[in-house]
Amino acid sequence: MTDTPIIMHEQQYHQLRHVLNKLRLESFSRVVFLVDKNGQQIAAQGDIGELDTTSLASLAAGNVAATGGMARLIGEKEFPTLSHEGERESIHICIIGRVLLVVVFDERSSLGLVKLRVKQASRDLSLLFEELERISAERRASEDSLFAEITDDDIDSLFN
Amino acid sequence: MTFINYASREINCKIVYYGPGLCGKTTNLQYIYDSTAPTSKGKLISLATETDRTLFFDFMPLELGTVRGFKTRFHLYTVPGQVFYDASRKLILKGVDGVVFVADSQEERMDANIESLYNLEENLQANGYDLDKIPYVLQLNKRDLPNVLPVEEMLAELKRNGEPVHEAVASNGAGVFDTLKSVAKQVLTELRRS
Repeated sequence: MTDTPIIMHEQQYHQLRHVLNKLRLESFSRVVFLVDKNGQQIAAQGDIGELDTTSLASLAAGNVAATGGMARLIGEKEFPTLSHEGERESIHICIIGRVLLVVVFDERSSLGLVKLRVKQASRDLSLLFEELERISAERRASEDSLFAEITDDDIDSLFN
Repeated sequence: MTFINYASREINCKIVYYGPGLCGKTTNLQYIYDSTAPTSKGKLISLATETDRTLFFDFMPLELGTVRGFKTRFHLYTVPGQVFYDASRKLILKGVDGVVFVADSQEERMDANIESLYNLEENLQANGYDLDKIPYVLQLNKRDLPNVLPVEEMLAELKRNGEPVHEAVASNGAGVFDTLKSVAKQVLTELRRS
């Protein structure tokens, strides 16, 4: 496999949510969430309500993948940020390493403010993900996987 | 690429349905969607053309239950089957944990099956995967049609090694869940091994 799995532990998850919440408050945005580049939602903060964040996550990743493909065709490595402005709601997406930071905002905020705050939060998130990778690597080396104990019966029971 | 969240106790895996145009990839997903309890699934997202051909992908999240206290959630994707959407197919395979190849059993679609399987192998390689090593299932779809090839003949062309094979009629659901179960089981077994 090309990528190691993202393994999120309690402490890092709380730190992550803290960074996302801070970003949400400081950018006056509606929802902030983090998605891996393959479309899996990692964490979300804000006024989620009826918003289908799982679908939004997979579509955001598809969007970034498609524009990344276009970037490579014209000789760019990637387009690091994407913005879509609607009549009332808008979306700003920023690529941070292997994850995407997605901010949904309305007229209470502005693209300029969101971009500024995202830039600041990106630094915190990069550091956090570096730490996460380091911890995951250490634990992989020192601990047996919890999933090593999964039995065939456990798996079969999912389908009964 | 599996995502394991110890804080919310969730495992998320990605399964991709691959195959030539009109082989029934979307129909597989549609059947799973229609026959699953609302509490176990999210929305079925279809990025399709005006004539209902898949343009980018179909997507649905499916929750299967818990293993060792972890919720297992599978994200099911299809790729666009038409030959000229190759760039999109390559993108969708990124981070895949398991693949289902849906073959069209009709005699006249055999060349398209072979070409698509070759394309799958090539696109997996481009993403750093080896078809012989990742969780993989072969589904022989449309077995109810009059002009189908015998199973043995299809296997001689399409079967690789020891991958599970399922005969199916996705439009009425026959073999659809067997296929899903087969690939999901391999993904979880792989997780245990790694």
